[in-house]
Parts: sequence; C-alpha cells; structure tokens
Amino acid sequence: MTYFPEEVVEHIFDFLGSHRDRNTVSTVCKAWYQVERLSRQHVFVGNCYAIRPERVMARFPRMKSLSVKGKPHFADFNLVPYDWGGYALPWIEAAARCCTGLEELRLKRMVVSDDGLELLARFFPNFKSLVLVSCDGFSTDGLASIATYCRGLRELDLQENEVDDHGCQWLNCFPDSCTSLVSLNFACLKGEVNAGALERLIARSPNLRSLKLNRAISVESLNKILSRAPHLVDLGTGSFAVDDRAEAYHRLMNCFTKCKTLRCMSGFGEASPCCLKALYPVCINLIVLNLSYAPAIPSDDLIKLICHCSNLQKLWVLDCIGDKGLAVVASTCKELQELRVFPSDIYGAGTTSVTEEGLVAVSSGCPKLNSVLYFCYQMTNSALITVAKNCPHFIRFRLCILDPGKPDPLTNQPLDEGFGAIVRSCKNLRRLSLSGLLTDQVFLFIGLYAKCLEMLSIAFAGNSDKGMIYVLDGCKNLRKLEIRDCPFGDGALLKNVEKYEAMRSLWMSSCEATLGGCKALAAKMPRLNVEIINESGNLVESKENLSDVNKMEKIYVYRSVAGPRNDAPEFVWTL
Amino acid sequence: MNTTDLDNLKATELRLGLPGTDEPEKPTSRPTSKRSLEEDRQAERKPSDGSQESTRVTKAQVVGWPPIRSHRRNSFQAMKTEAAEAAAGGGAGLFVKVSMDGAPYLRKIDLKVYKGYKELREGLEDMFKCFEGCKGSGSEYAITYEDKDGDLMLVGDVPWEMFTSSCKKLRIIKGSESIRGLGSGHQQKTCKFI
Repeated sequence: MTYFPEEVVEHIFDFLGSHRDRNTVSTVCKAWYQVERLSRQHVFVGNCYAIRPERVMARFPRMKSLSVKGKPHFADFNLVPYDWGGYALPWIEAAARCCTGLEELRLKRMVVSDDGLELLARFFPNFKSLVLVSCDGFSTDGLASIATYCRGLRELDLQENEVDDHGCQWLNCFPDSCTSLVSLNFACLKGEVNAGALERLIARSPNLRSLKLNRAISVESLNKILSRAPHLVDLGTGSFAVDDRAEAYHRLMNCFTKCKTLRCMSGFGEASPCCLKALYPVCINLIVLNLSYAPAIPSDDLIKLICHCSNLQKLWVLDCIGDKGLAVVASTCKELQELRVFPSDIYGAGTTSVTEEGLVAVSSGCPKLNSVLYFCYQMTNSALITVAKNCPHFIRFRLCILDPGKPDPLTNQPLDEGFGAIVRSCKNLRRLSLSGLLTDQVFLFIGLYAKCLEMLSIAFAGNSDKGMIYVLDGCKNLRKLEIRDCPFGDGALLKNVEKYEAMRSLWMSSCEATLGGCKALAAKMPRLNVEIINESGNLVESKENLSDVNKMEKIYVYRSVAGPRNDAPEFVWTL
Repeated sequence: MNTTDLDNLKATELRLGLPGTDEPEKPTSRPTSKRSLEEDRQAERKPSDGSQESTRVTKAQVVGWPPIRSHRRNSFQAMKTEAAEAAAGGGAGLFVKVSMDGAPYLRKIDLKVYKGYKELREGLEDMFKCFEGCKGSGSEYAITYEDKDGDLMLVGDVPWEMFTSSCKKLRIIKGSESIRGLGSGHQQKTCKFI
C-alpha cells in the first residue's frame, strides 16, 4: 500500500471505527503511523498515567475529541484514598498548548478543578462537549465558566460527580446568545438552580434532546419545561414529588401525552407510587428507564408501571421490585438487553428484595438480555446454571451477593459450578464480577473458558495463589483485573509478570502480596508502575520500618511509558 | 493488661449484635488477611439466627462493601435520613398559626395532618367557613405563608415536604390586596384557594 497516495490511505483509515484498530494499523510501518496519527480525531486514553499528556498531543495534533480515565475502578467504592491522583489539569493544559481545536472532552474518575474548567472554557474556541463521569474537585463556579465562555456549547453532561455547591448562578451564565444546547445533565448537583433561568435557557434551545434535572427542580417547574421542550428524547425528571390529586399532576400527565419522542427516563428523586401513573402515556415508547434513584417504591406499583413498558431495552431498578416484579419484567419486556437491580437497603437485615428466582425469571423471559448487574442476598448454583443455559449471549455479568463469601443456601456448596456454567456458556463474556463463596475451582473454569474476558472483579474468593494464576494464564484478552480480600500472594503476583504489560492494570487490596514481591515485580518489569498505597501512617517514615515480608495493603500495577508519576502523594510509593 | 482486665473490657464493649454472640474482630488496618477471612466464614456458618443478623450488619461495615458508587450510596443516606426525619416528626405534630384578614382571632393547625396542598386548602376552607360572606367561584383569597427567612410566600410552589419544613405561619389574604401585591403571572393563582 505504500504506492497509494496518503489521502487514499487516510480515507481507508476513516472506515476504522475503533481505537484498537487504529492503534493496530499505526504499528504496520512508519508511513501508516504518520498518516494515522495526523488523521486521528478521537483519542482514548484508558489510564491517565500510562502516557504523558504532551506526548499524546504531539502525536495527534488534529485531535478533536479526547477521552481520559483516571482512578482505578475500585475508587468508586472508597478503596482509593481521596487524593491519590488522576488530575485533569495537565491534560487540559497540554491540549491548550498544542490542540486548541479540541471540541470534546470526556473524563472519568478524575480530579477536575475550577481552574481547569476555566482554562477549557477560554482556550478552546470550538469546544462543544464536556462529559464528566464520577469526577470531583470542582464546584459550580467551574460550571459558570463553561456556561459563560463556551460559544456554541452543545453538551454539558455531569454524571454522578461530587460537585461543590457555590450557588445557583452558574445556570444564569449561559448568555442569551446560547441556543445550541443539545444535551444538559445536572442531575448530580445538590443545590438549587434558578428555575426561571433554566426555563428561559430551554426555551431558546430548539435542539435540546437530552435534559436531566436535579432533585431541586419541582414538578411545577418540570411542567413548564416540558411544555417548552416537547421534542425531548431523554429526560431526568428531577424530584417528581407530586400528589396525584394536585393540578400539577394532571398538567404533568398532559405534558407527557405531548412528548411523542421521549425514549429515556431517569430521576424520580422524590417520586411517590401514585405519581408514577403520570408516566403511562409515554411508557410504550420508553427504551431506557432508570428508577434506581427513586425512593423505595412498592413492588405492586412498579409492576403497574412496567406492564406498560413493552419496548424497554434497559431497566435500572431497586430490589424492592422483588422476584414478583422481575417476573413481570420477564413477561412484558421482551426487548430487554440490560438489567440492573440495586439494593435499596444496604444496612438492613434483608427486607423485601430479590433472590435467585428473579434473575432466573428474567433470563428465561428476555431472549435479548446481554448485560446484568444484580445485587441480591442469595444465589444458588442451579439458578446460575439455568441462567447460563438461557442466556449464552451475555457480554456483562456482574453478580453481587451482599454477604461476602456466602455459599449456595440449598447445598451449602461454593458457587464455583454456577459461575463455571456462566463462563462456559457465555463465549462472548467481556466483563465478570464474582461474589459468594468461591474456591480456586471457579478460577480454573474462568481461565479455561472465559477467552473473551476483558475485565474481572474478585472479592473474598479463592483459597491459594493457584486461583489468580489460572486467570492470568488462561484469560488471553484480560485487560483489567481487580482483586480485594483474597488469599493471593507473591507466588501469584510473580508467576506471569509479562502478562501485566498486555493489560491496562492490576489492583490488589487486602491480599497476601508482600513488599518483597512488589519489589521483585518492579525490578523484572521496568515498564510497569508498581504503586504501593499505604494509608496507615506516613509512608516516608514507615519505609524504613517496612521489611520485605510485610503484606502490602493496596497495590496498583499498570503499564506505562511515562515512568513513575511526579504527582504522587506521600502515601503512594512507586517502586 | 492481664486477662481479667481484658475480659472486663470486652464485657463493657459496645458492639452490634445480640448479647452472647461472638463476632469476629474487624480490624481497620489488616495484620494477616487470611486469618480474619476464615473468622468471617466461620462466623457466617454459625447456626443461630441472632448471629446471622449481626454478621450481616458487621459485613455492612466492611470498607467499600457492597460495591456501590459513593454517589449512589450518599443518595441512599439522604433518602434514609429524610424518611427517618419524616417518621420522627410524625409523632410531634407541626402546629402553625393561621390568620385570616378580617377575622377577629387566629387559628392553629397541625400541618402533619395534611398529606398535600389540596387537603390543606380544604381544611382551611372548613376552618374559616364562618368568616366568609359568600363562598362561590371567584372567592378571592390567597393562602400565603411566612417562611424561615421571614418572607411572605405563596403556598403551593414547592414540594409539600419542603413547604412543611419551612412554613412558620399561614396567612390568608383577601383577594384585592393579593392582586395588587403580585404580578400578572400570579393572577390565576390568587383567584382561588391555591
């Protein structure tokens, strides 16, 4: 292909959708590397410490869209200390120097500052889309900068971030000339917003298709908004607190009958069972319904709602739906692809919730089901075997039995056979989370059968190093492995060290690996960053006291061409 | 510390679970993880119901378990405290003064008794029946309230719970006064009770 002009090669590369494909072609030869790098518009960086931002900007000068991920996944569950790292500012600064054509920025699990947001707002004239997922470190002042300076902003999507509330003025900062909004999501903000300013903003945004309000927005306000934006496709309802005898309720139902394009709904922050009836006009059109942030709604009321939702593809719900409710999902939602059932009562002694029966029902009734996240108090091997038989097309299967290490209640056996059936049957399984009582045997199955597996999460499982070794040896496509509270030690850590260079990262906390083992790993594999996170006491002092046999509380290993990071806090030690 | 001191200490120790049940130690910094894992599993297999419940509560104290994003976990907390507050407030009752323009004396009502604005309106209509000349359509009264900041607010704008938590006293204003006081956008609201 070297005798094709560059434009032709570039044009051919345009057909390559995925980052992986583009990464692959860039390694073929120097010419292809050049063509590819100068034409790449979407850049994805899975680990912000794997490469320096300057290098990314230098390689892809025409970058229009950048996506960066920071903290390891277990940071979601408070296992990573608050100031571990994952700062967005270096990326924004580097882009401000070389890639001012940037139009989209997507950050996940990163620390974003108000300064960073202001930089973003002022230095990128074509900036159109900001998506922040599970980030923190910024306040509504940063949002005010974005609103004020980003001409032609299309998307501001804040998903589950921790945002400091410095007042509601940020929304007023959208100038009257801003009419380009397509997507606005501020559901995670805790503070009030000026309802009038919001309504006026929506009135002048004819292209608005996705709007997710926070809990502070009343139903009265929602009514006004809906009457101004009847073409919404995706709605987060805000509080949804309304009495079904109030006039606002009738107005709401009326609005919904006019929203012919509404396909996705979420929010319901203060919904009561009776006000869900207002949704009946739109239910038949819904493909995504997220009730997981609604206060506990009795199963019968959920059932009445779900009965109308026969086109649902994605359902997120609390476990108060019960097995009975899931049976209704199974018989009604024949298009269902993704189901997530969250626990409503984390600390209680098992109130109405779901059991293995609910999962079996859905697996049997929904032929297109391919993605499950299921929190429950118990699971049996026979149920898992049935689910595996019913759903050979699973891509994601995450099961969380709320009691760590709980066996099959019928047989008192570990759940090895059940999960074994899942990996044997689901040949395309890419993501798996295990729970319950599990021995090394389940890992033998996983290593043997889960050939497409990319991400594996393990907690309170296994008997010996063999477990982890089975996984590292067998799962050819493994990219992310995260382990907590398992008896895997240095033997497992050091058995297959080259594997870690083929993976994005390894997380091990409360396991058996020692300092000596980590040092050995770091010595053998210079292109890995082996981070020890030691929160108890000042690491600098205790470094002298630490001997090689001390077990390391938290270990984070990741491949990197950037070398040890220079922003690590005191309690992080890169070997 | 000798063993008897330790026993006494343990006897007075505050912990969750029924008396007589023995719980595994849950250290915050972990010495040897394997041992306490085994302890956990032994504790779980204890047959009595009491220990089952207590171990379940103990499990909830394990850091980062169950694996739920902090954002979701925090919103559960918020919901729980709201529910607890609502339940706790249920016993006490929420009495506020109600004044009506032209009425010689005030009344007091318990906001907790009403489920929403409609009930409140009906309750107030009942209470002040005797003071109204005619009660046909176009009875021009507005129900207002004084909130925590001392401002006079129109009843009905905010969610019911928000209203009951911020309402200090109620005031029923006669139509003419209320129309003059508010802008045209509110005209509709002042022409009837809520």
